[in-house]
Amino acid sequence: MSNRQNQFDGDSIAQRLPAIDLRRLSLYLLIAGFFAFFVAPIWTGLVTSFKTSEAVTATTPFVPALPGGLAGLLNFVIPFWDPFSTGFTTAKWGRALGHLSRGFVNSMAMAVPATILDVLLGSMAAYGLTMIDWKRKLPILVLFLIGIFIPLQAVLVPLSDFWTNILPLEEVLAPVWALPMLQVEHARLLELMITHVAYGIPICMLLFRSYYNTISTELVEAAKMDGASITKIYTRIVLPLSKPMIGVVLIYQFTQIWNEFLFSLTLIGSSSSPVATITLILSGMGADISGVDFGLRMAGAFLAAMPTLIIYVLFAEQFAKGLAEG
Amino acid sequence: MARSQETVSAGGEFDRDWESRLRVFAKSDFVRGFPYWFVPFTIMGIAVYGGIGWNVLLSLTDYEGFGEPSFSSLDFEMYSQALADPAVYLTAKNTFVLLIAFTTVSLVLGLFLAVLLDRDIRFRGKIQTIYLLPMALSFVVTAQFWLWMYNVNNGLVNTVLGLVNLGPYNWIGNPQLVLGSVVFALIWQFSGYCMVVFLAGLQSIPDDQFEAAKMDGANIYKAYWRVILPQLKSSSVSAAVVLMIFALKTFTFLFAMFGQYRVPNGTDILATLMVREAFKFQHWAYAAAIATILLVMSLVVIAPYLYYQHKQGSL
Repeated sequence: MSNRQNQFDGDSIAQRLPAIDLRRLSLYLLIAGFFAFFVAPIWTGLVTSFKTSEAVTATTPFVPALPGGLAGLLNFVIPFWDPFSTGFTTAKWGRALGHLSRGFVNSMAMAVPATILDVLLGSMAAYGLTMIDWKRKLPILVLFLIGIFIPLQAVLVPLSDFWTNILPLEEVLAPVWALPMLQVEHARLLELMITHVAYGIPICMLLFRSYYNTISTELVEAAKMDGASITKIYTRIVLPLSKPMIGVVLIYQFTQIWNEFLFSLTLIGSSSSPVATITLILSGMGADISGVDFGLRMAGAFLAAMPTLIIYVLFAEQFAKGLAEG
Repeated sequence: MARSQETVSAGGEFDRDWESRLRVFAKSDFVRGFPYWFVPFTIMGIAVYGGIGWNVLLSLTDYEGFGEPSFSSLDFEMYSQALADPAVYLTAKNTFVLLIAFTTVSLVLGLFLAVLLDRDIRFRGKIQTIYLLPMALSFVVTAQFWLWMYNVNNGLVNTVLGLVNLGPYNWIGNPQLVLGSVVFALIWQFSGYCMVVFLAGLQSIPDDQFEAAKMDGANIYKAYWRVILPQLKSSSVSAAVVLMIFALKTFTFLFAMFGQYRVPNGTDILATLMVREAFKFQHWAYAAAIATILLVMSLVVIAPYLYYQHKQGSL
């Protein structure tokens, strides 16, 4: 009896096994494989940032170093295999923070106002364009769109010439830099901010435009019938309706400006400048004649990525939306 | 007398007509909406088109070193110099290899990932978030990660290959490997983006088309190949354009990886050559000429794309 029961169970498992589905299993394995592929560089960096310089070269790159006692305990618990190493330290993070804190402040001071201005100007432009008929709109739209795609290299030389020879804010706004808390170098940061605003307008315009195209025109038409002015329609109807898109554009544009490097390099140049942005400082950090201090680099990379990572974790959906439409 | 009065009144009518037309025009949406788009448009126009025009003008001068450009003699000398420069050929070749390899593989991988995730899967949102994560990081940051991944002695890539008795390879130091290594790292960063674009495209295709294809007896691969893929054309085109434009101008990743203007020959592209000529050597006019070449290459990609979008009515 019990034998039959067993046989029956065995059969049913054998029958069920294909039903568990080799295809589905391989699908999940594949997904897990790509998961590892995308996470590996980030995970390895994170683990390395908590290792002493000796441990960085002596240990397997993706295995975390643990504080001595914990590593010993875990290795004792797992028989025949000692995967965990000692050499845990948070010193690299402290040093990286020391290097980067200035850049953090500078990048914030530059990126936050630039993002807000871009959102405002982009939304205004998109709204203004909805007001015009197609024939007049097309050339303006095309000029905006090309502005999204042109390589920045094509404007770098004029840009540097403009802020050095034509409109050097160091001299033009000289009295401002004499104010307390400010230095003449802050002129460069202001130039960088204005530059980011100008080149960020097209993409912000495009994001808002695709959204305004989906807003029903009935509301706007009705308000027009009631004699509402264009400004009133904008501030009372369009702006409140565009709240979700404002979120998307804020997140997208802040990430762009925070992560940007070429403008910083062109306008500020040296990572030792008091107004150097965070990406500028990170690009040369922890390298000297003896080689690259990878622990320090990795800690720095995470610190520099922190604001965008936090935003990404909190608003992944909006970020994906901004990317898909931009 | 009567006649003259007639003409006067006709003229008055004409005036009034003209005036009222002007009044209508002044009240039209075009004029009232004008300040809204004109201010941002002007700022953008000065920055983008003023910049481009000036760049072309500077490329015709002999401007270099410190000081101000002189526009007394304009010629195409910088362009002929560029055409005779072996560095330009080398970088142009590398640019094309990077452009083709990076765009193709990213698109194919992105499509594969999108098809993989476009079904009922647990934690789908979370998985998608992880796949897209590299895209949220700055190139300066990802360049640091990959510099460490590719490290000869302790990098993860060589450690993993060591398990199957391969290597170690000098991924960055070897001029024959470095371009491939850079392309691979860029694919890592961008395939998630392609996936998102394709997923959006896939999700806009109604389910019943897929069902219909299955009913017809097409197996799942054929269904994708015949029914779904053709409908992803517009997603593919936009993703491809974004990738190609990026490939043309990718500078930050290379600079951050090597920490200097001089990147290894194997991976030197037009974008890095241009920035190096400008900001390391102060050869402004020459750099401007290279930048113009780069701009023309970008326009060759963009113009057909915008035309295509216009034809599709999706501009």
